[in-house]
Amino acid sequence: MSDSGQQREPYYADSAPGYEHFDDHEPAEALGSYLVGLGLAALLTVVSFFISGTTLVWGPSIPVALIVLAIAQMGVHLVFFLNITTGPDNVNNILALAFGVLIVLLLLAGSLWIMANLNHNMMPMDQIMQMHH
Amino acid sequence: MSAFEAAAEQEREFPDRRHVPERAAGERASKRIIVGYGFWIFLLSDIVMFSAFFATYAVLVDATAGGPSGRELFNLRNVAIETACLLLSSFTCGLASIGARTQRGSWFYGAMAATCILGAAFLFIEVREFAGVVAQGAGPTRSAFLSAFFTLVGCHGLHVTAGLLWLMTMMAQVFAKGYRADILRRVLCFGLFWHTLDIIWVAIFTVVYLMGAGQ
Repeated sequence: MSDSGQQREPYYADSAPGYEHFDDHEPAEALGSYLVGLGLAALLTVVSFFISGTTLVWGPSIPVALIVLAIAQMGVHLVFFLNITTGPDNVNNILALAFGVLIVLLLLAGSLWIMANLNHNMMPMDQIMQMHH
Repeated sequence: MSAFEAAAEQEREFPDRRHVPERAAGERASKRIIVGYGFWIFLLSDIVMFSAFFATYAVLVDATAGGPSGRELFNLRNVAIETACLLLSSFTCGLASIGARTQRGSWFYGAMAATCILGAAFLFIEVREFAGVVAQGAGPTRSAFLSAFFTLVGCHGLHVTAGLLWLMTMMAQVFAKGYRADILRRVLCFGLFWHTLDIIWVAIFTVVYLMGAGQ
């Protein structure tokens, strides 16, 4: 059993985040992946900093553009640095990530929605003060 | 023939087809894969914790109580330098993980040392920024906005501090014990931790600094 396990090693159908299969890829390829990631992340960062201070684009679109750029950069980090990919050997990692993203979105959207609603429905502070007198 | 036997038969016939499950039932994944997956789940739970701090910050960002807002406090040039430090340190951390797995000492120690210096530079700039803001009378007790700001960014800073301690521990362990399988698994986990801190920093410099300074 352990013998067949040894033979199967290069064909393992599982993979951990952050791990490159050196059976398939030389270290030079792993280095190339990190370099591509660094280049893309640097490009997205520079665009983010440029867009935040520019008057070239319509003002209200800037926060949306910043959020889109940040999400793109997180994707670059996940793929090129953490090596979370859509390959068949990465299903477990992707499922865990999807669950994490779901919780994060529920937490952020839920908090902002509830608090905005409370703010909207709360009486202005000076009227509350008048009721006490 | 049961479904399992059919699958096993298919696997024998097409051993090089990647979409066919390669492992038969009962055969275990290697320890490195299990450790990496478990640590990935911990990191996701850490990201969920940070998202709670982000939600708090977003709710309280306008509650300045007559005190200074982000636009008056933030210095984007400092933030750009911090971002560059952390991004480069993420890259050198990747180089260190290649060095560890190919067991090349000069790569591993050199890249880990570079990661350490860049991380320390990031922390130094952040602590200086915090000290400057507190000296202006805008400490965490000044307003709800500043409480949320110090909690969110300070929690990330604490993670970086812990990461630096872990980094030096890993260098010492590889030096003392060599490239043993269990040590390499710890190096893998450290790399994941460090890359995740950079992902959280992307969210911080976008939501806190860029959107705060541009309001």
